[in-house]
Parts: sequence; C-alpha cells; structure tokens
Amino acid sequence: MKKIYLDYAATTPIDKMVLKAMEPYLKEKYGNTMSLHSFGQEAKIALENSRQVFANAINAKPNEIIFTSSATESNNLAVKGVVFGVPRLKKITSARPHIIISSIEHACVQESAKWLERGFKVTKIPVDKYGVVNPKDIENAIRPETILVSVIHASNEIGTIQNITEIGRICREKKVYFHTDASQSFGKIPIDVKKMNIDLLTASSHKMYGPKGAGILYVREGIKLVPLLHGGGQENGLRSSTVNVPAIVGFAKATELCQLEMNREGKRLINMRDRVIKELLKIKGAYLNGHPFERLPNNINIRFDFIEGESLIMRLDMEGIACSTGSACSSMKLEPSHVLLALGLKPEQAHGSLRISLGRFTTKQEINKLLNILPGIVVELRKLSPYGK
Amino acid sequence: MENNVYTKKVLKTFKNPHNYGTMKNPDGVGLVGNPTCGDVMKLYIKVGKPASAKASARQGGEVIKDIKFETFGCVAAIATSSIITDMVKGKTIKYAMNITKEGVVEKLGGLPKIKYHCSVLAVDALFKAIKDYESKKK
Repeated sequence: MKKIYLDYAATTPIDKMVLKAMEPYLKEKYGNTMSLHSFGQEAKIALENSRQVFANAINAKPNEIIFTSSATESNNLAVKGVVFGVPRLKKITSARPHIIISSIEHACVQESAKWLERGFKVTKIPVDKYGVVNPKDIENAIRPETILVSVIHASNEIGTIQNITEIGRICREKKVYFHTDASQSFGKIPIDVKKMNIDLLTASSHKMYGPKGAGILYVREGIKLVPLLHGGGQENGLRSSTVNVPAIVGFAKATELCQLEMNREGKRLINMRDRVIKELLKIKGAYLNGHPFERLPNNINIRFDFIEGESLIMRLDMEGIACSTGSACSSMKLEPSHVLLALGLKPEQAHGSLRISLGRFTTKQEINKLLNILPGIVVELRKLSPYGK
Repeated sequence: MENNVYTKKVLKTFKNPHNYGTMKNPDGVGLVGNPTCGDVMKLYIKVGKPASAKASARQGGEVIKDIKFETFGCVAAIATSSIITDMVKGKTIKYAMNITKEGVVEKLGGLPKIKYHCSVLAVDALFKAIKDYESKKK
C-alpha cells in the first residue's frame, strides 16, 4: 500500500535539490566557520551566502538574520532575549515589565511566556471564533511597562493568518517590540518585515522541505537581545555554538525554492484545500475550524460531531493516510488543544478535530483517496459512539 | 522517555471491535467518563440464569448473557471497551466482579502509561452496569 502523507504542518520531507545542496557540506566542505584556514573560509562563505538568501526573502539586511537550531529556539530567544535585554532601560514605572501574546501561540512561545511569569506580567489576547486576533485588543492591552508583543503569523493548528501588518503598526506606534512566529507561513505566503512592521520573526527549515535542525530569528537592527547560549560568540554573540552549516545551506536552498514557486504552488494548494473542505463539509455534523479564507494554503482543520480525533487518525493511518489531530507535539497529551478551546469550542468538540495539511508532493490522486475513505471511517466510528443517536 | 506506541493487539482490537452498539431493554447500564476528557464509555449487560441447577452450582450464580459497548474516545478507550466485553461475555457476575484494570491491560498486551486510565474506565463501566442490574433486582 502506498502511504499518503498529509501532515506537512508537522514536518516535511526534504526536497531532493535541498539534499543535493547540502551534500558537499556533509562531506568534503566540513569546515568550522570560525576557523581561519581555507576549510573555515569555505564554510563561512556558505554561511554568509545563506544569510543573504533569508535577508532577500523577507526584505531584511543580512546582519539582521540569526541562525538557530529550530523555531523553538528562535521563539525562546526572541521572547526571553528581548525581555531580558530591555527591563533596565525601561524603568518608567514601578510595575512589573509586561508582555502580550495571543491565546493561540505555539507551545514554545506560550511556555516561554509562562516561564517568564515569575518576574514579568503576561497578558493573553483572546481570538474570535475563526482564530483571528483583533489588533484593537492588542492596542488596548499595551501598557506603559509593556515590552513585547508576540503573535503567531499563521496558526500551526487551524491555519488562520493574522493581520500582522496592523498589529505591527500599533506596536511601532506604541514603541513596543513586535515578534511573530512565522514557522508555518514562511515560504508559503509573502513576508516583508519592513512593510509588515515586524521587529522579530521566527522561521523554521523542516516545515518547508529543508532539513531538521535549522531555524532563523530575524532581529531588526538596533534591538538589543540577550543570548540564551553563551560561548564562542558565533552569530554576533547572540547564539554561541558551532554553526550547523549543512543544515543552514539546506534551509537556504529550501527558501530559494519556496520563494520561486510561492505563487503557483500557493494557488495549487488553495485549490486542493478548498476542494477537500467543500467535500468534507458535506458529511453531516462536520464543521471547519479556523477562518474560511484567511488561512494557510495548505491547512484544513475539520471537526466531526460524536467522534474522537485520535481514533480518526489511527483509522486513517490503517488505510495508509497520515494526518493529525492538532499539533504533533501534543499528540500524546490528554487535554484538548488550547487553540481549539480558544475558538470557543467545547472540549468534546475540540477532541473531534482533524488537521489535514497538504504540501509540495500532494497529488490529486491522494486527495481523491482521502475523500473516498474518510467519510466511511466517520460513519464507522459514529456507530461505536454513545452520542448522536 | 515513555513508550507511547500501541501494541498490535490494541490496534487490531480497535480496528475490529467486538460487541459494540446499543442494546434494547438491558438489565444493567454503566455510563462512565466525561466528554470533556475525551473518553465516555457506556456498557450494557443482559443477565440470565444458568441453563440448569447443575450448571448454576458449577458456575456459581447468574451469567452475563450479552454485553454491548458504546464508546466515544481514543484508540485505547475503544480497545479496552471491546476487550472487556470479550472477557466477561458468558461469564458469571462473580467472575466479572473480579476483573481488574491490570487484567484488561494484560489482555491487550500493554497500554501506553498515559492511557492506563482507559482500562480503569472500562472496569468502572462494567462494575457500574452490574451494580445497576443489582439495584434494579431488589
């Protein structure tokens, strides 16, 4: 049985061209970027060329790009690095320094903020039933002691895209730093940090056909960050560690490919996405989670009355189709997703949700098979359920 | 690091569960769990007298003649529901009351630790159904 992968939001396969670009750096070009000899120079050149690719992709300067090991690290560095860098400068009031996040952040932003609660105030901004943050709510939550606002660009679970430009404008006006986690959106929809008023931005390699183990944090020039990792002073002292050149070269290649194909691939995915949504909503007791059109081209999140998500994905898996209930990180947690609850869903509704995420290698045939099989599984699981009879 | 993989037996039972569906005029019903937590189990039992006095003496009392389950929940919830119906169908009430959560887990060849509560739920549902039957009998 040929397996069908529809969990591109969890991670993606590496593109062949990316692998090819990485290969020399795994084999003969193995130098350390900090070495002075030719091996080191070669690695350093590859690193700086890669940095330029990211700068071009988001309209930034190369020195504003920091390489990290993952989106989790970038988000930790953004949230903690900014708030640790600022408090001494911002002794305007005696109040505890304050940060604002949305209620649908990825766990790495949410948990970083939670950890900071020992010394900082944290406000979580609610979302509407589509998962949209109202920029006005951010504006109203900003206080004199607010340091940072962090709002995810596009939700990893429900795909909803936020009005980042407007939130950024408000933050700029109020002189508050603005960070956005673009792990799911980078490479899929256009990002311009200048036009969108972004101060810090996170992106991840393995969500866009690059290797695992690479991420970036864009930090606007002039923003003082405190590093999480101290050591040899790589990445301008902001991220000590021997630089993972092969992964970064791969990430850069993946970025080039995504930038090149963004328009066409976006349209192709939106067509498939909307067909899947339309067909699945024909099932009785099926509802779309997230925004009908302000959503990632590849994200589908549907909930079905009276059945539970894990059962659904395991039955699909038995048919060779890989999907997920929500964030892959929470697949073995028992609590319903905080993102779905933030939409106002009841826990039992949140438990019945299915995330289908499409990607570069998704074909029409695969979608046909999904649409053939899924309705039958829903019927069978409902037969087992005590509800809805 | 905990193992979070389901055993083959669990997956097989989940895919082809036994004794599911509703029951008309059950002698006892046990409903446990909470949709908020994502698991709800409903067990129905039909209780009968053993075929003869001799059989009664050998088996020791009333027998669960039929059992059905309806479950809203994860793979483990459905698998434990199905396995517990297999374990007690045709057995005496006395036997059924001695089923333990460990026994259910063992029958499935193990469960991820985080899913142990499903075996507790299944046993609770069974005991509740029997209790329901006994309270109606009085």
